[in-house]
Amino acid sequence: MSNVAEQVKKIVVEHLGVEADKVVESASFIDDLGADSLDTVELVMAFEEAFGVEIPDDAAETIQSVGDAVKFIESKQG
Amino acid sequence: MRRVVITGIGMVSPLGNGAEVSWQRILEGKSGAGRIENFETEDLQTKIACQVPRGDGTDGTFNPDDYMAPKEQRKVDPFIVYAIAAADQAIEDADWKPETEEDKCRTGTLIGSGIGGLQGIADTALMMEQKGPRRVSPFFIPGRLINLASGYVSIKHGLKGPNHSVVTACSTGAHAIGDAARLVAFGDADVMVAGGAEGTVCRIGIAGFNACKALSTGYNDEPEKGSRPYDKDRDGFVMGEGAGIVVLEEYEHAKARGAKIYAEVVGYGLSGDAYHITAPASDGDGGYRCMEAALKRAGISLGDVDYVNAHGTSTPLGDEIELGAVERLAGEDAGSLTMSSTKSAIGHLLGAAGAVEAIFTALAIRDQIAPPTINLDNPSVETKIDLVPNKAKKMEINYALSNSFGFGGTNASLVLKKVEA
Repeated sequence: MSNVAEQVKKIVVEHLGVEADKVVESASFIDDLGADSLDTVELVMAFEEAFGVEIPDDAAETIQSVGDAVKFIESKQG
Repeated sequence: MRRVVITGIGMVSPLGNGAEVSWQRILEGKSGAGRIENFETEDLQTKIACQVPRGDGTDGTFNPDDYMAPKEQRKVDPFIVYAIAAADQAIEDADWKPETEEDKCRTGTLIGSGIGGLQGIADTALMMEQKGPRRVSPFFIPGRLINLASGYVSIKHGLKGPNHSVVTACSTGAHAIGDAARLVAFGDADVMVAGGAEGTVCRIGIAGFNACKALSTGYNDEPEKGSRPYDKDRDGFVMGEGAGIVVLEEYEHAKARGAKIYAEVVGYGLSGDAYHITAPASDGDGGYRCMEAALKRAGISLGDVDYVNAHGTSTPLGDEIELGAVERLAGEDAGSLTMSSTKSAIGHLLGAAGAVEAIFTALAIRDQIAPPTINLDNPSVETKIDLVPNKAKKMEINYALSNSFGFGGTNASLVLKKVEA
C-alpha cells in the first residue's frame, strides 16, 4: 500500500470510527462505512489538511470511496 | 386539563452519573466541588467548579462512551452528551420505548440549555483565525445549537412528537419541564422527554461569569466550601455542569401501563422582572409573582407547601431576595416551611439547574425527606423558615415547590404533588 493510501486509511478510521480492516480501496464512505453527507464533507476537509491539497467542491463530489480519495490525492501530488 | 406525572428520571451531575447516586450523595451532605484540573486557571479569578466526575462508569463516574460513540462525541459540545445520557436513563427508568408509529408520534422532546456549545464556538473561532473558513467543520453548527439536545434524543429514540427547546438562562430546566407538562396537559403529546443540559465549565465560561461578578472567588483553596447559600460568608455561585431529564406522562396513560409515578406536576408559573439583565430586582417581585402563579395553577397557597427547593445560588444578592419573597408569600405560614438549596452540593448547573432540582424535589417527595443546604454555618439573616442546614431532614412532604430565576429577569416555579399509589 502506498504512503498516501495508508494515511487516507488512517484518517478514515479516525473520523468514521470504523474497524481498520473494513477500510479497503473499494469501500464506499456512505454505503460501506456508515458515513452521512456531513461526514464526507469533513473527511474531504481532513484530506485537504493532511495532504496540503485543495479539493474543489465538484471534485469532492466524485470522491465516494477510499480508492477515489487515494487516486485524487496521488494525482494532485504526482 | 389532563393530569401530568413524572414517570422517569435521569441525571448527570457533579455528584455522579445517575439520579439515584446523585441524590444519595446529596442526602449524605457531600459536595461535588473541586479544583479545576483540566484547563489552565492560573490567570482566572475562579479556579473551582462542580464538574461531572468522568471515569470508566463504576462508582458513579460518568463514561460518555456508554451513551455515545467516541466519533459522535467529537462532533458535539458536552451539553449534548450530558443530555443524551440523562435522556437514556430517564427513558429506561420510565420503561417507555415507543415501538408503534402512533406511540412515537405521541412522544416528544423538550430539552433546553442556557448557553449551549460555548467551548466549541470558542475553539472554532480560534481555529478559523489560524487556518481560515474552509477548515470549519460541517458539524460546527449542529454540534453547538441548543435545540440539538432535543434533536439528538429524538433521533436516537425515534420520538416524533413535539420537538422543542427552551433558552432562558438559569430558568431553562424549569421552563422546559413546565412547558412540556403543558404540551401533555393540552394533548399535543402523551409523553414528553424534558429537561435541561449545560456544559460550560471552560476557560471562556469561567472568564465570562467572573466578569459579571457572579462566581465565588474566595474559596479556591477549599472548593467544597465555595457554594454556601444563605451563609454570611458566601461570595458567589460555583459553576456546575450536567443534565437533568424527566419523562412526563399523561396520568391515565401512565396508570394504564402500570408505570411508577414519582410525583404529579400540578403547578407551573412564569414571570419577568423587567428590571436588570443580570441582577434580581431587590424587592423580589418577579420571584414572588411566579411562585404565586404556580400556586394558583395548583389551587393551593404557600402554606400548603411543605418543602421548597430554592433557586439559592450562593450569590450575596440573590439568596436574601428570594428568601424575602418566599417569606412574604408565606406570611404567617413561614414558620412551618422548609426550604433548602441543593446548589450547595452540586453548584449552579445554569440551564440544567431547574431540571436537576425538579428531580431532587420529586425525590424529596418520594422519600419524604428534605435535602440539606450544606455549608450553611452562619445564616446571613434571621428567618422562621427552616433552611435545613447541613443535615437532611425526614419530614412529611405532600406538596413541594421548585424555584428558578435567570439572567434577563426570567423566573419559573414548579409545584409537584405526591401521588398516592
